Amino acid sequence: MRLELGKFVIKDIQFAEESHIENQVLYVNKAEVEAMVLEDDKLKECHLDIARPGEATRITPVKDVIEPRVKVSGGEIFPGVIGKVSPQVGSGRTHALDGCCVVTVGRIVGFQEGVIDMSGPAADYCPFSKTVNLCVVIEPQEGLETHVYERAGRLAGLKTAAYLGELARKLEPDTLEVFETKSVFEQAAQYPDLPKVGYIHMLQSQGLLHDTYYYGVDAKQIVPTFMYPTEIMDGAIVSGNCVAPCDKVTSYHHLHNPVIEDCYRHHGKDINFMGVILTNENVFLADKERHSDMVAKFCQWLELDGVLITEEGYGNPDTDLMMNCRKVERAGTKVCLITDEFPGKDGKSASLADTCEEATALASCGQGNATLKFPAMDKVIGMMDYIESQIGGWAGCVNEDGSFEAELQIIIASTIANGFNKLAARGY
Amino acid sequence: MAAYKIVHYINQFFGGIGGEEMADYKPEVREEVIGPGLALKAGLGGDFEIAATVICGDNYFGENLDKATDTIIEMVKKYQPDVFVAGPAFNAGRYGVACGTICKAVEERLGIPVLSGMYEENPGADMFKQDVILVKTGNSAATMRKAVPKLVGLIKKMAAGEEILGPSIEGYLERGIRVNYFAEERGSERGIRMLVKKIKGEEFETDLPMPKFDRVSPAKAVEDMKAARIAVVTSGGIVPLGNPDHIESSNATKFGEYTIEGMDAMSREDYMTIHGGYDRQFVLENPNLVIPLDVLREKEKNGEIGSLLPYFASTTGTGTATNSAARFGDEIGKKFIEEGVDAVILTST
Repeated sequence: MRLELGKFVIKDIQFAEESHIENQVLYVNKAEVEAMVLEDDKLKECHLDIARPGEATRITPVKDVIEPRVKVSGGEIFPGVIGKVSPQVGSGRTHALDGCCVVTVGRIVGFQEGVIDMSGPAADYCPFSKTVNLCVVIEPQEGLETHVYERAGRLAGLKTAAYLGELARKLEPDTLEVFETKSVFEQAAQYPDLPKVGYIHMLQSQGLLHDTYYYGVDAKQIVPTFMYPTEIMDGAIVSGNCVAPCDKVTSYHHLHNPVIEDCYRHHGKDINFMGVILTNENVFLADKERHSDMVAKFCQWLELDGVLITEEGYGNPDTDLMMNCRKVERAGTKVCLITDEFPGKDGKSASLADTCEEATALASCGQGNATLKFPAMDKVIGMMDYIESQIGGWAGCVNEDGSFEAELQIIIASTIANGFNKLAARGY
Repeated sequence: MAAYKIVHYINQFFGGIGGEEMADYKPEVREEVIGPGLALKAGLGGDFEIAATVICGDNYFGENLDKATDTIIEMVKKYQPDVFVAGPAFNAGRYGVACGTICKAVEERLGIPVLSGMYEENPGADMFKQDVILVKTGNSAATMRKAVPKLVGLIKKMAAGEEILGPSIEGYLERGIRVNYFAEERGSERGIRMLVKKIKGEEFETDLPMPKFDRVSPAKAVEDMKAARIAVVTSGGIVPLGNPDHIESSNATKFGEYTIEGMDAMSREDYMTIHGGYDRQFVLENPNLVIPLDVLREKEKNGEIGSLLPYFASTTGTGTATNSAARFGDEIGKKFIEEGVDAVILTST
């Protein structure tokens, strides 16, 4: 399967009469997008706002972040959720707006939505402090049940991203990258001397705000499966979750899965990247046992020499991470784990909720309990009402002037456990 | 005049008082530089003065922990040192524990930077390396000469308030404290490089050696449930409406105790959950899913269990530091023993 990914550099977003892209600026017809979002009768209000890197702007509570993309060679983006499912997913040509994001914002569904600061100390920890963000601020109808509200927010973001992506359909991209994974036998034969490496991608699937969708299927209901890495670049996986904000694998991060991107970079040089094994992190022990068994079986079946495993969330999913690690190693495939750590504010507690002796290689994505002072901002997109009860905050952590102290946990994707960031932790 | 003042703690042996036979020696302060202090003084140079040396017998310290600590704190306080140094203790076990204990107390009570040193297998090392910076030494005093530059470097940095770098750079025992930094490469790239080395059988260094967990062996089975007093503890975040104790939705730093007296079941009118790690919706509707009071009351009425403690203990389990969890467990356990509780039902979510 071969995908051409055309990228358009976007340096700014501005509101305009007509939505279009010109000279690396994304112009958006505000009223048109707001009206489109409000086609969903679950939502009462919607307004758009723009946040740029370096501004004294805070966005919270953030639900999801999405990069605008469009399929230009047949097929649709975000298949099974807002697009049609088709065989073209992961192949042909896709256009992406690079450097801008859609950010969905609104009162909290749970405690898990997070913060993006466009400047100040927290900006060092957040990938979306460096992108121009079109914020879709939504207000649900009174008394909307939480699962229904979560879904409405999720779709509002994806629809907006697809709408913006559509603007790049007929334009010529600034750069064109090509990603290709062949059929299993051909792929194995292409680089016979390089180690065959796979990626075990654990999808968060613990329940409300801890869900992920694979071609529109709730990841709680999947059994492990095998996929071409390029499928993910067309939105085959979208986030329906917030976990802890720091840990959130946003829909943007699914499109830009760093393990897949870096495995392609190493492909043909020091590894032979064979593909992705998809699994989940259900809360039932029977599911954990069955799915880790199946994951290990896939590794053995594909004769993989090594795999990288990533998780989303912490605590309960650490058990899945370790079960996968142990069983895959015992099936004869070497494992390197990528994850973040939660050793308490003082860094003195155990970093993970579970361990296994096979976990000899682990790349750290930082520790999420470390605290940070967040200065007051000139502008807040969304609301500060929930900071104290959002994950990472505590009673009394907000000062009168709007500054506050909180754990890194409260920042969207600050310690994301798939290795997207450079943040890491070491022993002192 | 020297810019910085040091107070140095040593045992009876290094103080020249005597060996094992003098281990009961009571704390004493002398305004002079003694034993290993001479090497420190030479290394530190003119900007530093060892204002006093405290000498205490290892057995006296070990057998009179609180009293000895209080006495020595008073001695140290008088000199208002910039840095407090104890030892190094090398592989002397009782001495190591004394150095760790007194350093921890001086830092906590007087707010003065503290430093000690010992061999990594000294029992004091495991007990105190998280709390006190312990310079890595050999197992005997013969290694003092090698330890001096490390001790001196750290004393200078502590006195000047400079940043202490990592254990391998500064030469102290790894404290098991996880500290963030920005790496050169992102995590996925570092992971791939590590994996390639692992596949090839080359040496690699993991970012996180697996921690060892404190496993608790299960208590003996309750012999007679009909006579047993049962308590409920949950990490499912059940609190009275409004969360009066402000328990965090993740990484809880406290637990609460809440009444179930005179209640037949948990009602959503009274209780909610503030847990940030699971789909709360069903529990908000029916808190009995986490505190199964409805069923327990039935069993109490039917005589299947003796009685229920009239309150339960609750915290948030998600992201809660293991050290906090251990502390909650100790505190709850002690209280329950006083209350005559025979067994506890722990509900997690």
